[in-house]
Amino acid sequence: MENSRYMIEMDNICKTYEIGDEIVKALDHASLQIAEGEFVSIIGPSGSGKSTLMNVIGCLDVADEGEYYLDGLSIKEYSEDDLAFVRNEKIGFVFQNFNLLSKLSAKENVELPLIYQKIQKKEREERVLAALERVNLVKRKEHRPMELSGGQQQRVAIARALVTKPSLILADEPTGNLDTKTGEEIMRLFHELHEQGNTIVLITHDESVADQAERKIRILDGKVTEVAPFESGVNNV
Amino acid sequence: MIFQSIKMAVDSILSNKMRSFLTMLGMIIGVMSLVVLVSIVNGATSSVTDSISQIGTNMLTVQILDDKGEPFTLDEVMGLSEKESVSATAPFSQGSATAKYGSTTENITLYGTTGSYYDIEGLSLARGRFLKNTDVKNSTYVAVINSATAENLFERSNVVGEIMSIDGYHFTIIGVLEEEESTIGNTSDRLEAYIPYTALSKIMGSSRQITSFYVSSADGNSMDMVEQEMTMYLYQRLGDTDSFSIVNSSAVMETMSSVTDTMKLMLGGIAAISLLVGGIGIMNIMLVSVTERTREIGIRKAIGARKQTILVQFLIEALLVSVTGCLVGIGLSALTIFIINNVASSLSASMSLDIVLISIGFSMIIGVVFGIYPAYKAANMRPIEALRHDT
Repeated sequence: MENSRYMIEMDNICKTYEIGDEIVKALDHASLQIAEGEFVSIIGPSGSGKSTLMNVIGCLDVADEGEYYLDGLSIKEYSEDDLAFVRNEKIGFVFQNFNLLSKLSAKENVELPLIYQKIQKKEREERVLAALERVNLVKRKEHRPMELSGGQQQRVAIARALVTKPSLILADEPTGNLDTKTGEEIMRLFHELHEQGNTIVLITHDESVADQAERKIRILDGKVTEVAPFESGVNNV
Repeated sequence: MIFQSIKMAVDSILSNKMRSFLTMLGMIIGVMSLVVLVSIVNGATSSVTDSISQIGTNMLTVQILDDKGEPFTLDEVMGLSEKESVSATAPFSQGSATAKYGSTTENITLYGTTGSYYDIEGLSLARGRFLKNTDVKNSTYVAVINSATAENLFERSNVVGEIMSIDGYHFTIIGVLEEEESTIGNTSDRLEAYIPYTALSKIMGSSRQITSFYVSSADGNSMDMVEQEMTMYLYQRLGDTDSFSIVNSSAVMETMSSVTDTMKLMLGGIAAISLLVGGIGIMNIMLVSVTERTREIGIRKAIGARKQTILVQFLIEALLVSVTGCLVGIGLSALTIFIINNVASSLSASMSLDIVLISIGFSMIIGVVFGIYPAYKAANMRPIEALRHDT
């Protein structure tokens, strides 16, 4: 499976948590495939396991059972540092609550993943500026998150996700903390990024947001219950 | 990367100024107590060794406590210099007298001795000559005075050939010692005059028997041998060891330096404990900082920070607090030592490079030792749990 044609391929992923005496099956034999360049939304109500799914997709957590291939590589045996490397190189995160470092300016926040890649200062600066330009925030690059509006903060977060040129942009409820108008702006930005060839996975509980993706994957009680077919007809779960 | 970590550490320290200062205060106080205390001991050591070496380190002071009815004569004491290990001997007695020149009267300390005293004590003359054996033999009324006496009594230094009165006896001044040449202690303003041993017993009306004398060794390294030989001689002469005492100043010096070394170690140890307490303060605040910044750690890990990166970041922060505290402490110590040296006349302190380097090294070790656990804790956080943390 090393040469998978999919960006993401999950095969019977299981993940259980122990909360007190109770064992919760957050993911129960979930399988899905996402191809390169797709814009997919994963939708499910709260407690459906979509956050766990996003953590596994984003290599923030590893599955107890099943196989997960990211960009053709199985991450099953990866150490924590290997996972950090994968997150840094291949995944750009956009979180619901932005997760920017409050003490750093917009520019420094965007620069951080490049510092972890040990990229030289000059190249870092060029790429940070390009990413901020992409989200139209160059003018506010010296501002700290507190000095920016919610929409602007989310755009900084998107610039931070873009700056490493990741294989996958993983957005967890990116519009959840924003008003409708700003949320629409952010969604437009995702569409533009998709048109430029980025693979985007958007996790949401909001049908209207999920509908904007090319394809919807529905999850309930840890199971993938509904997968819209690939336009090309590749997927037929 | 390291530069980035340092910058982040500085930002984090500056963003909590009061807390960082209080944490550093532990280190500042620890380093100050270490540096200042050790410097004071250093100062005391050097002033004590100065005093001892002024007395002379290659001589013995012999005191006869009980001559068993057979007093030591001048010839006997002078004859001791024939012994193999002995270079010279000089009898020694002391008294105080009133010296007068013109209308000026001063109280002076009189030393009665012989010519060899000059070499034993390592005195040096500014003018004239020292006592000679013929002066002693003939009980000549001649005197060698120190420069303070010349200045106080004559108000000039070239006084060789002048006649001064000591307790009514007329003494011709044959020599003046160089300034700050004082035999005992370092009080150079003490007025002193050296006269023949025999002349002193004459004017004091005391007997000529000798109760104390100095012995110098032929070779500076064989003080113990001289001491042994003298002890043997006196034991045979007097029959027991209680009738005399021998003080070996080089042995005193050794004892002193071992005492001050012990003191330095003890005070340094106590001060090091306060540094250790400072280190615990650092660990405490670093643990708080790690907890407070759990979410930040989660974000950093999510976007690709490796364990080592987080570890180094927090370790540098702990190191920066401890080393900055140490440097401030050293600066304040230098100031304190300057004040001690200029204000407190009874104390002198000298800061050595050794103790500065030791305290920097020790602070760094403390920074690493007490910073490693919080840093390790931060580095091993699981990203999803750290991201979920509420701040």
